[in-house]
Amino acid sequence: MKNATQALHDLQRWKIWEPALWLLALASPWLLGDHALIINEIAIVALFAVSLDLILGYAGIVSLGHAAFFGMGAYAAALFAKLVMPDPLVGLAFATVVATLLGAVCSLTIMRGTDLTRLMVTMGVAMILMELANKLDITGGADGLQGVVMGPLLGRFEFDLYGRTAAWYSITVLLVLFVLARRLVHSPLGGTLKALRDNRLRAMAIGIPVTARLALIYTIAAGVAGAAGALLAQTTSFASVDVFAFDRSADLMLLLVIGGTGWLYGGVAGAIVFKLLQDWISSITPQYWTFWIGLFLVALMLIGRERLTRPWTWFGGQKK
Amino acid sequence: MLTILFDGIAYGMLLFILAVGLSVTMGLMNFINLAHGAFAMVGGYITVLLMQRYDVPFLLCLPVAFLGVALLGAVLERTLYRPMYSKPHLDQVLFSIGLTFMAVAAMDYFMTSSQQIIQLPEWLKGRTEIGQGHWMLGMGHYRLFIIAICAALTVGLQYILARTRFGSRLRASVDDQRVAAGLGINVNVVFLLTFAVGSGLAGLGGALGAEVLGMDPSFPLKNMIYFLIVVAVGGTSSITGPLLAALLLGIADVAGKYFIPGFGAFIVYFLMIVILIWRPQGLFVRKGGKA
Repeated sequence: MKNATQALHDLQRWKIWEPALWLLALASPWLLGDHALIINEIAIVALFAVSLDLILGYAGIVSLGHAAFFGMGAYAAALFAKLVMPDPLVGLAFATVVATLLGAVCSLTIMRGTDLTRLMVTMGVAMILMELANKLDITGGADGLQGVVMGPLLGRFEFDLYGRTAAWYSITVLLVLFVLARRLVHSPLGGTLKALRDNRLRAMAIGIPVTARLALIYTIAAGVAGAAGALLAQTTSFASVDVFAFDRSADLMLLLVIGGTGWLYGGVAGAIVFKLLQDWISSITPQYWTFWIGLFLVALMLIGRERLTRPWTWFGGQKK
Repeated sequence: MLTILFDGIAYGMLLFILAVGLSVTMGLMNFINLAHGAFAMVGGYITVLLMQRYDVPFLLCLPVAFLGVALLGAVLERTLYRPMYSKPHLDQVLFSIGLTFMAVAAMDYFMTSSQQIIQLPEWLKGRTEIGQGHWMLGMGHYRLFIIAICAALTVGLQYILARTRFGSRLRASVDDQRVAAGLGINVNVVFLLTFAVGSGLAGLGGALGAEVLGMDPSFPLKNMIYFLIVVAVGGTSSITGPLLAALLLGIADVAGKYFIPGFGAFIVYFLMIVILIWRPQGLFVRKGGKA
């Protein structure tokens, strides 16, 4: 029998399929050159989902307003490119820092109350930011922030019309932040997060500083979401109030639940499935695709994800 | 000044009727039903259809909307909602968001996405003004009508919950399902009826609010946030909490939109966040009640 340390190390060791998966992801804009735009979109949504997974799956904080940080990152990156300098990497860093600061402030709002309180407060923050972006002059109001010109990446690679550079850029950022997040959740710090997710009272009793840990992970997740938003603004050269929309937060929660929470790849898998599904259904019925997404969601919840992904358990008696 | 206050109260009363069913399902049955707005929308559309296609008088439409949506609620409770009661809150939220998406898309398909307009009867269209100058009070008759109906409903609901046998059964079932069932209370029927009445009230609210809030397929998405704010701020353990919260919200919203036109919605959200940070369980919580 292996000892506990050994078992914990095994859990966090890189599996063989993981580097293979990432190599495939990095090769995808080259292999599927025509679909580089949607690959870029998937990478951004995946990063956003990883960020939500950090707080929902690992710390148990429900949020219907995660788009607040996404949007903050998007506007910060767009404004930075427009007003200060067009270099993407500096802009990305700037946007991440801004979103992180916002996250640190907002982490004060999620400490108390029930799930319902948290859902409402997070949603309220996103709505307030949306109103601000809508009303302020500097953000361009309802028309969105136009006239953003991005400089070439690393001074060499121009963002082209087909989105290949954009796809590579997004996937690379996703990979870097994913590795960092993976390191984080498997560290002792990540262990304490899982402990307080499962039982906050006991976590407190064994000496975990619950409030500080919640604030920390919320701030980090906000930064990651801000990076995702910055990627969107930079690769599309545009930011509109839509980045704060309630749909975005709700869709994000949905795709994370499809992929599975508390497992970083859940966000990535959910993003791929959701985006392809959305693309496919909306090409059949552009106006009514939400109906099928809704139906899918209802079925998923009624049957349960565990059973839906294991069709062989559908028949043959319930175990009591 | 007084006119703004009056409009705010009318709006708040309307919000209360729309949200009280939500408060009951959430507080008493511990189920987060984000599809509540969809029930309200169905009520609104029943009224629109009856009035436009069959020339049914407005007053008759209100009970029809109530009963129709209550029936729909009962059927859905029995078939879809009951298995969800024991699931975690997150599952319930996603499940009911899914239902809302379906309802919105279905309404879009059957009724087109344009806004529906209700022709009010003549006697509800007027406006009475009292007083002079700065303190003039202008009361739209329809808003007066809304306030009257909602006040009557509030008193009725409070009476049913606090004084009747059904009310005590409901409260018993909520406090402890197993013990209540052991005492011979049919918990499932109690929940079914409560859910149906809550949905029916949403339908009635939708019918009443079609003229004020506007009725189009995105109604549940646009207004659900307001209902949730009412419930979150008011707390879910009583009828009076959501009522006061709804009035506060209604007045704040109308006043905000009047005095600072650009930032109307902003004020409401800001108020909600401040209140929820200050009193996370809601403003009006029963002391010693079940959290």
